[in-house]
Amino acid sequence: MRLGIAEALRKAIHDEMARDENVFCIGEDIGIPGGYGGAFTVTLGLEKDFRERIIDTPISEIGIFGAACGAALMGMRPIADVQYGDFLLCAMDQIVDQIAKIRYMSGGKLTMPVVMRAPVGVTGRGSQHAQCLEPYFMSCPGIKIVAPSTAYDAMGLLRSAVRDDDPVLMFEHKLLYGSKGIRAESGTVDASSEIPDEDYTVPIGRGIVRREGEDVTIIANLLMMHFSLTAAEMLEGEGISCEVIDPRTLWPLDLDLILQSVRKTGRVVIVEESPKQGGLGAEIGMQVCEHIPDYLLAPVARVAAPNTPAPFAPVLEKLYIPQPERIADTVRNMLVEY
Amino acid sequence: MKHNETMKDLGKDALKGMLRRMHEIRQFEEKIRFLFLEGKMPGTVHQYIGMEACAVGVCTALEEKDVIASTHRPHGHAIARGVSMDSIMGELYGKTTGCCGGKGGSMHVGDLERGMLPAIAIVGGNLPIVMGMGLAFKIRKEPRVAVSFFGDGASNEGAFHEALNMAAVYGVPALFVCENNRYGASTSVKRVMNIEHVSDRAAAYGMRGDMADGMDVIDVYTHALDAAARARKGDGPTLLELETFRLCGHSRRDPNNYMTDEEKKYWQKRDPIPSFETLLKEGKYMTDAEIKDLREAVEMSVDKAIQFGQQSPEPDPEALYQGLYVSMEVPR
Repeated sequence: MRLGIAEALRKAIHDEMARDENVFCIGEDIGIPGGYGGAFTVTLGLEKDFRERIIDTPISEIGIFGAACGAALMGMRPIADVQYGDFLLCAMDQIVDQIAKIRYMSGGKLTMPVVMRAPVGVTGRGSQHAQCLEPYFMSCPGIKIVAPSTAYDAMGLLRSAVRDDDPVLMFEHKLLYGSKGIRAESGTVDASSEIPDEDYTVPIGRGIVRREGEDVTIIANLLMMHFSLTAAEMLEGEGISCEVIDPRTLWPLDLDLILQSVRKTGRVVIVEESPKQGGLGAEIGMQVCEHIPDYLLAPVARVAAPNTPAPFAPVLEKLYIPQPERIADTVRNMLVEY
Repeated sequence: MKHNETMKDLGKDALKGMLRRMHEIRQFEEKIRFLFLEGKMPGTVHQYIGMEACAVGVCTALEEKDVIASTHRPHGHAIARGVSMDSIMGELYGKTTGCCGGKGGSMHVGDLERGMLPAIAIVGGNLPIVMGMGLAFKIRKEPRVAVSFFGDGASNEGAFHEALNMAAVYGVPALFVCENNRYGASTSVKRVMNIEHVSDRAAAYGMRGDMADGMDVIDVYTHALDAAARARKGDGPTLLELETFRLCGHSRRDPNNYMTDEEKKYWQKRDPIPSFETLLKEGKYMTDAEIKDLREAVEMSVDKAIQFGQQSPEPDPEALYQGLYVSMEVPR
């Protein structure tokens, strides 16, 4: 069966709720009959089977994550979502001070099996419905972070996240959902996968090589992973062989996989849709430098959004998001110089 | 006599237990104040002196399966809920015997096995969590009540608004206990609130609001019991305001110069411990000699707890990396 990410997540959530009665969903507009099933249709129709476990909330992000935290402490397994990742910032105390820290502060006695879902990506909505927040949470010990770029991974990682006893934050990309109907996105990239019938999982903490190559390692997640594959295809015609790694989990990073690849290629480019300052590239690049400096044939390169908020004007937005051409240029320059 | 019927219902043992808890809190707080000033205790402390009737009155009204959540001023709630003084003291000293293994400290004492979440030290932070605990009880149809203790200051946080609104909308079995001690650190409520009572805010959520005398342990108990019973049978949450006062500083060396002498004197006269003792004597539940014995027994147990805390082992350096995740090691 071929599914898009929204459909795959919907099926995974449905199956997990059927499997374990402690699993419930909480969020805005997620189960209103005649509504959207969340901002991007992920929970569409689930209320028909699980009326008491699809909890529609007021517009209260502190309340959503506080409720998830409290319910998890009492043994439930909440899946809490926000309509746009940017709204996580309204709930930072509950996420960072409470959900991430309570187990540690309790001396390891308590567990916090919370799944948090947040759509990210710069998509024609201006600055406040756009931010890719992965780096914010990578500096927050206590939370695991996953970011699926295919429907197969979305389903497998969602299952792993729900079954994990630690808090897991899942970033999803608006242009990868494949949402349909009135919630369809323009500029969508196909991230659908053939989904097996069996109850598979994708383990948290494992990345994947999306494309094998010899000359340079490109590390990218979500939409940037797809753009990097496009760039790699463009470069193949020029005789440049790129290995593309999708970390899938951003914390804990699959450092073994990354280092193994960079040992082989000696060159690494990290691509991210968030600003360069304090970003994904800073963390991954520094890890590479710390662990295998002698293998590097070239300085680590980063392709990122500028150190500004996302602009609205379509012409500026296109400049803001790293495009496949920019990724390819960075690789070309690296190979010319080193 | 005041509270005659309620005290009769509670009976001598329960009443004596309540007084004992109040003395435990008072002596615990007074002794650690000196230990702190002498530089013998690490960290910081926020003390509960004067507010003992609030924690003890509410906790006496609860059942074993109920869960409370507290604030940066949690010692009183922990003692009232039955977390052992030894394990609280161990926590204050950052020792392995602490109720959080030394990882929490003064502002995070608690033990869920004793019905108290490790305290939440962000003002207002526990209210949404308590709403969520209540939601879990409601989804599972468990006859349990979730209780949030918070101060007047927390009622000005956004978290208060979101938590109370959602608690009311879902009708969760929760009790939001506002200990209005008139000051958020050094700031008088009069400067930061344009209404007289925090409980008036309940109306904004379509929630039941109630008030009790936070210096009168039996009055607190009576109102808390009523609110807990309503929550337990599905009648939804209550915002219960307790009028109380800190007969001590906000934290550490605070001499409360922002309070007037007149105000301090007024509340000092309403100290909840002597007034409860008077009630117990008038009702012939306890004699002066019994009260003196109780005080001395408490003093011994507090001294024992201090010794326990001081003599307990320090955490192993490896503990730094332990207890964060269930299913993975901390990447180094």
